[in-house]
Amino acid sequence: MRIGVLALQGAVQEHERALRRLGAEVVQVRLPVDLDGVSGLVLPGGESTVMARYLDEYGLGRAIRDRAAAGMALFGVCAGAILLCEEVDGRPGALGLLPAKATRNAYGRQLASFEETIDSPVGRFAGLFIRAPRLEALGATETLARRATERGGEAVLLRYGGVLAASFHPELSGDDRLHEYFLRLAAA
Amino acid sequence: MRDRLNTGFAEMFKNGVIMDVTNPEQAAIAESAGACAVMALERVPSDIRAAGGVARMSDPGMIKAIMASVTIPVMAKSRIGHLAEARILESLGVDFIDESEVLTPADDEAHVDKHGFSVPFVCGARDLGEALRRVAEGAAMIRTKGEAGTGNVVEAVRHLKTVNRQILELSGLDEAGLSKKAVEYRVPVELLRDVRDRGRLPVVTFVAGGIATPADAALMMMLGAEGVFVGSGIFKSQNPARTAKAIVEAVIHWKDPARLAALSEGLGEPMRGLEIGTLETAMAARGV
Repeated sequence: MRIGVLALQGAVQEHERALRRLGAEVVQVRLPVDLDGVSGLVLPGGESTVMARYLDEYGLGRAIRDRAAAGMALFGVCAGAILLCEEVDGRPGALGLLPAKATRNAYGRQLASFEETIDSPVGRFAGLFIRAPRLEALGATETLARRATERGGEAVLLRYGGVLAASFHPELSGDDRLHEYFLRLAAA
Repeated sequence: MRDRLNTGFAEMFKNGVIMDVTNPEQAAIAESAGACAVMALERVPSDIRAAGGVARMSDPGMIKAIMASVTIPVMAKSRIGHLAEARILESLGVDFIDESEVLTPADDEAHVDKHGFSVPFVCGARDLGEALRRVAEGAAMIRTKGEAGTGNVVEAVRHLKTVNRQILELSGLDEAGLSKKAVEYRVPVELLRDVRDRGRLPVVTFVAGGIATPADAALMMMLGAEGVFVGSGIFKSQNPARTAKAIVEAVIHWKDPARLAALSEGLGEPMRGLEIGTLETAMAARGV
């Protein structure tokens, strides 16, 4: 199965390594043509402002929306999750493929970054939250995991059909189970 | 322990450009061009060179104004070994501290012990030993020193190629060979073993010092850099907004020469460069 990793900026190589360990064929996606034959696309962590600007400029936003409508699965991590959300800081998001709200840098700057164990559908998972966004499901979007320690429990892992979004960084934990979960979505 | 959060944060800068800015207006230009972070400082390195005298940490008020003006991460520079400047920058809440040879060193024997800090540090290096000494002190990211403020890429190329070659040389070493190298480099042998096994540094490695054009940025990516710092190269060029955007795109498309050609076209005058042999101060020689 061929999986793309959006390679405009950010932690591209960590996702590539995880996906290769799981047996996927991985391609870096910089332009619409790179999406040919891709069953799933990972949107990595990095700076969402950088990625949003060049998604738009290279016509990738439209190409990704077309491919998603035709069944391509998506996995957005941190900045990548922000790109997927319908609403970001009260404004329309870059791709708008996930009915959800994102608040950028909701926990603060780097000094407020934290590590916390998450109860996820694939079991207990080391959650690294780095200048993380706060996510909130809208409509039919399912909340797959929440922070355990906060009253009410903020959403940290969302799913809407073939679209998966995490506010933490599974690619930094050395634990490939969420990538494996995503590959099952991409294969479906 | 914040090690994993801080080295992980550095991973998020990869394949990106970090730009020196001296005021909120420049920070906004950098952000809109697609910088993945900005470095807030009072004077870019070429002006520090021209001004002479002792270069110190920037005014906290100026750093705070830049932090308030953009949503991307903000870095700031402390002098090498200046524990108090580093603590002040940490208290401001900057996202990263660059313990930098561009400023006048405060301690000519030791760098800051970075393990005692919550904020991550990036440090400069000219070779593998220097890079690993900084990692052993707790640096979460490494950049080549290059020769800042010159617009001349030759030193950054030398430093990155030296690090790469020295990593390659480790691959043939057994335990005895590693121990010998550890003594030579003055670093723990475990760190060298880790680098030998991975075939790369344990932290993200950027280049800095003399990168002035889209082609310079692409060259550094071809040589294996994970991203690029641009200091004087943007706001000392004729057209900062276009130069900034072209350098960001050169880092995205470094494998595509036709695109690099288009990006390089009609940018106007780049910053005026300097021959290394004519310099009064070799900043790269500061802090070893």
